[in-house]
Amino acid sequence: MTRKMIVRKLLYAMLTILVVLVFNYILFRVLPGNPLSMMMRNPRATPETIAAVKEFYGLDQPWYLQFFTYFKHLAQGDLGISFVYKAPVADVVAQKILPTVLMVGLAEIVAIVVGIFLGIIAAWKRGTKLDVATLSFSLVTYSVPTFWLGMILVVLFSVQLKIFPTSGMFTPGKDFATTAAMLQDLFRHLALPVLTMSLVLIGQYALTMRNTLMDVLSEDYITTARAKGFRERYILKKHALPNAMLPMITIIAINIGFVVAGAIQVETIFSWPGLGRLMYEALRARDYPLLQGVFLLVTLSVVLANVLADITYSYIDPRVRN
Amino acid sequence: MTLLEVKNLKTYFDTSKGLYKAVDGTSFDLDYGEALGLVGESGCGKTTCALSITRLLPKEGKIHGGEILLEKTDLVKLNDNEIRSRRWKDVSIIFQGSMNALNPVMKVGDQIAEAVILHEKASKKEALKRAEELFELVEMPSKRINNYPHEFSGGMKQRAMIAMALACNPKVIIGDEPTTALDVMVQAQILNLLEKLRKELKMGLILITHDLSILAETCDKIAVMYAGKIVEIGTIEDIFEKTAHPYTQRLISCFPNVGKEKILPPAIEGVPPNLLEPIKGCSFYPRCHMGIPICLEVEPESRGLGGKHFAACHRSGEVSHEQ
Repeated sequence: MTRKMIVRKLLYAMLTILVVLVFNYILFRVLPGNPLSMMMRNPRATPETIAAVKEFYGLDQPWYLQFFTYFKHLAQGDLGISFVYKAPVADVVAQKILPTVLMVGLAEIVAIVVGIFLGIIAAWKRGTKLDVATLSFSLVTYSVPTFWLGMILVVLFSVQLKIFPTSGMFTPGKDFATTAAMLQDLFRHLALPVLTMSLVLIGQYALTMRNTLMDVLSEDYITTARAKGFRERYILKKHALPNAMLPMITIIAINIGFVVAGAIQVETIFSWPGLGRLMYEALRARDYPLLQGVFLLVTLSVVLANVLADITYSYIDPRVRN
Repeated sequence: MTLLEVKNLKTYFDTSKGLYKAVDGTSFDLDYGEALGLVGESGCGKTTCALSITRLLPKEGKIHGGEILLEKTDLVKLNDNEIRSRRWKDVSIIFQGSMNALNPVMKVGDQIAEAVILHEKASKKEALKRAEELFELVEMPSKRINNYPHEFSGGMKQRAMIAMALACNPKVIIGDEPTTALDVMVQAQILNLLEKLRKELKMGLILITHDLSILAETCDKIAVMYAGKIVEIGTIEDIFEKTAHPYTQRLISCFPNVGKEKILPPAIEGVPPNLLEPIKGCSFYPRCHMGIPICLEVEPESRGLGGKHFAACHRSGEVSHEQ
């Protein structure tokens, strides 16, 4: 891909982000409810206090002025102050990025590796019991509701077997003597959310991989490779997989983009201190600045992942390169 | 010694509806440097016949009987490893349409080289050198081996495919509709190239097509297939001048004559028989304009008509040769 094309792609990406920003801004303001209603539940809140709060957050200004103020501050790197946390949005969001990327990222890696592997086996052994088993497993995990699966796993592994903790990222109030001990505790807490999340994701990868690979295996160039006298394994590795991976790259890129968005359901069930749960809390409290901050981050990562996918694609598919 | 002898080949497909007799008792032979044209309607078993030779059938397909003798070795009896080592080395195939017969994400040169590396135990460098030579042989600039298939036109892809088929100096090349998707000019170039190469390299060529007209110019012999059987086989002259099967006659009259009056050639009415069901008598009878009662009862045997001309018809002597 030429430099000119990359620049053009980046320009399009920036345009997309801008449009999404405007859309997000409008979206949160047409949603029913407002941040003040949360504060007004406090019996000691006087009309003067409310007016002061309104003024502090700029909510007394007309909507178009609020709009321009938002973009002006954004251009300066200022995402505003969270209504709920009473702290800069950037700081609040930054704290939640690592836990989410750790949990969802790990789950994605597990799901991609296992899913693609299952898909290959199913397509390779098409029509056998192994294929039926893989297909059923994928369909079931794909269609099971995330919250239900999470709860079942909690009942099984935390309540019955008592192997893994039910929630959180670390055991509360515990002091760790060594980093190793801390990491061990972290991984024990990671196990169930990662398992839930990857089970939900595996199905999609396995099913797509199976279908794509089956299509590729019926292509003429596979017959050519057989006619050339190659073994089936070689044909799979050298001819089928490089072609079958092309559509997978797109799906992986889109999903990687959403890693940052976290997993609202999984994070809520396991009280994981990540962005998904932050988004959920911000939405309940009508915390506009925080919501916009989280959405901005999600937009950025999704758009960026797509640009990266485009560039990767051009390297592995010669037809896109020119 | 004959190069390739196919004797009473029977290839059946095991389907959920029963046994599909795609090729049912086909025999022909091929000599060094000779070209045989295999012609017939879609689904008559031409491609199955070709795939049977190197045993590339899908897993539902099985050879139920007959022999395929390549220089006296019966390919039907070889085990998987033995037949694999023979593919491309002894018999290579130029596939239909060629549009997708080359891997789109692999350089054409690498696709040629991998076959050379596998069968000739050559190094990558030697194999690529060979690919360059082959490109020159098929009249393409040798540096184009570094291109991907999508950078080629249809005719160039077909040339590349031919270069690939020649990679290991095979004894037999099977062209399965090698020119079907090409325009007439390119088609002629490709056919000329194939003709030149097989004569120079003394290879046997089997050309599969549904277009009789291209066989007349490139082949020595023609075999006409109908419903899994060869109904007539003979030299170009036998087939065109001494036509002995009504199906061949109808096929010949199917191609339009440019010089004559502008009428569409008559189609052969009806459809080929269902090969899942047993056929009593002659399989062409329902569509034949020369049918007599015996055709409905007795399946015609392939009978010699002098030289290497054979036809399976009860009235083979009475087929008119006028068009």
